[in-house]
Amino acid sequence: MNKTENQKAWFFVLPVLLLVAFNALVPLMTVVNYSVQETFGDNTFFWAGVLWFEEVMNSERFHAALGRQLFFTFTILAIEIPLGVAIALTMPRKGIWVSVCLVLMALPLLIPWNVVGAMWNIFALPDIGLLGRTLNAIGFDYNYTRQPGDAWFTLILMDVWHWTSLVVLLSYAGLVSIPDAYYQAAKIDGAKPFAIFRYIQLPKMKRVLTIAILLRFMDSFNIYTEPSVLTGGGPGNSTTLLSIDLVKIALGQFDLGPAAAMSLIYFLIILLMSWVFYTLMMRNEAK
Amino acid sequence: MNRVSRFVPALYIIFLMLPIYWLVNMSFKTTNEILGDFTLWPRQFTLENYITIFTDPTWYMGYVNSLAYVSINTVLSVAVALPAAYAFSRYRFLGDKHLFFWLLTNRMAPAAVFALPFFQLYSAVGLFDTYLAVALAHTLFNIPLAVWILEGFMSGVPKELDETAYVDGYPFWSFFIKIFIPTIAAGIGVAAFFCFMFSWVELLLAKTLTAVDAKPIAATMTRTASTSGYELGLLAAAGTLTIIPGAFVIYFVRNYIAKGFALGRV
Repeated sequence: MNKTENQKAWFFVLPVLLLVAFNALVPLMTVVNYSVQETFGDNTFFWAGVLWFEEVMNSERFHAALGRQLFFTFTILAIEIPLGVAIALTMPRKGIWVSVCLVLMALPLLIPWNVVGAMWNIFALPDIGLLGRTLNAIGFDYNYTRQPGDAWFTLILMDVWHWTSLVVLLSYAGLVSIPDAYYQAAKIDGAKPFAIFRYIQLPKMKRVLTIAILLRFMDSFNIYTEPSVLTGGGPGNSTTLLSIDLVKIALGQFDLGPAAAMSLIYFLIILLMSWVFYTLMMRNEAK
Repeated sequence: MNRVSRFVPALYIIFLMLPIYWLVNMSFKTTNEILGDFTLWPRQFTLENYITIFTDPTWYMGYVNSLAYVSINTVLSVAVALPAAYAFSRYRFLGDKHLFFWLLTNRMAPAAVFALPFFQLYSAVGLFDTYLAVALAHTLFNIPLAVWILEGFMSGVPKELDETAYVDGYPFWSFFIKIFIPTIAAGIGVAAFFCFMFSWVELLLAKTLTAVDAKPIAATMTRTASTSGYELGLLAAAGTLTIIPGAFVIYFVRNYIAKGFALGRV
């Protein structure tokens, strides 16, 4: 669309700008402030320069948490995106089943995150939970509170349960926007189902899929409540993702300096990766 | 392929329903039955857990609090996002692209990073433990989202509409409220749905910014769990009740969800 040049448009944006700036800039400056100072607890602060940044960058603990975070994010993306597309492809296009499917599938998205964590915590317990009990009954030695492997399995299953529907809804929206004429043309040309998927459906879903990947990437990198209720980062530190580690340092040990430095590094990583995604997305849209 | 593929959505829905069923199942059981036996449905069916929640103000006020700040947040986010989205979809102005990306970056900010500074900020301005504090804090991620969705919808409305109204002599605000807003009603519905959703499910900030008066239901659950031991039946009932508002909202916007995703940019 042709846009008119109009500097007065700034007045339209002003309320948004003020509200978001109040919420974003003041806390961000607080974090920056902590990250360059040292304190001995009596509310007196000393300039510490980049000490905390060096400490965090060199700390084994941060590397381990970042590694776990990357593993988590890429695993759930690798499962949720293909699974979500597959389910969207098999969903009915017309009739009352569409509404039934949409309503039931959207349900996990609207459950408060700590309830999701608590629900899975109970569901997976080996003695009173349906999942844990069933797995043990069919011969698996499953106990997510003791064995790191089981904890990871439960964590990933929970996230797949929680968020695959978002990918389904987005892909489905992309699919229904394809005009019937495209399919008829493909039929006349005798195209195989895979060819229809590859050359008609996938290109049409490209934009919504980019959005799905971007949203899932950002949100899974920020995930805190669900794993902290489900496993609390344990057993040991085996499922301590970045957010959980950060809260442990900031509120558990009250090491504000290192926590603030870690926050900024953490935020910059998300920002950088999202910027890459966003730029690619906008370039695609411009084509 | 068709015969098999028809079962895929059904299987997926069963997978989604199982943990929810287990929660609902447990909410109708007595604590003894939950801990004592492994039963697939309640043998000693009881409504005791729900009665406790509806008669005890510390429980039911949690729902009132949650719904209060979620509503304030939804109205506020959509109201300020409307003119901003209009500006982004219709005009070019200095720094518009950077501003749009900067707004989106706030959607990426981890709540864990901001929890402590938020506590200090809202204590300093005297809003700690009020609905407004949580509603304002949640605008951090809901305004960018609302602007993003609405901008997508508005870009789908031809510019001729604006020009015709201008030629007909409508003052701008009169055109905006009487003609433009009804045109993008579906988009406003979708944006409000997402604001409601993300404000309803977020807990870390809501919990950090409240103590007694504005404490959300989900926080009541965690605190009760730690003080009075594990009353699993009660927790399950409270959890079940948190699903209901979401289910209502989805039911009302079900026809817009698919459409909204396609038109808007979310």
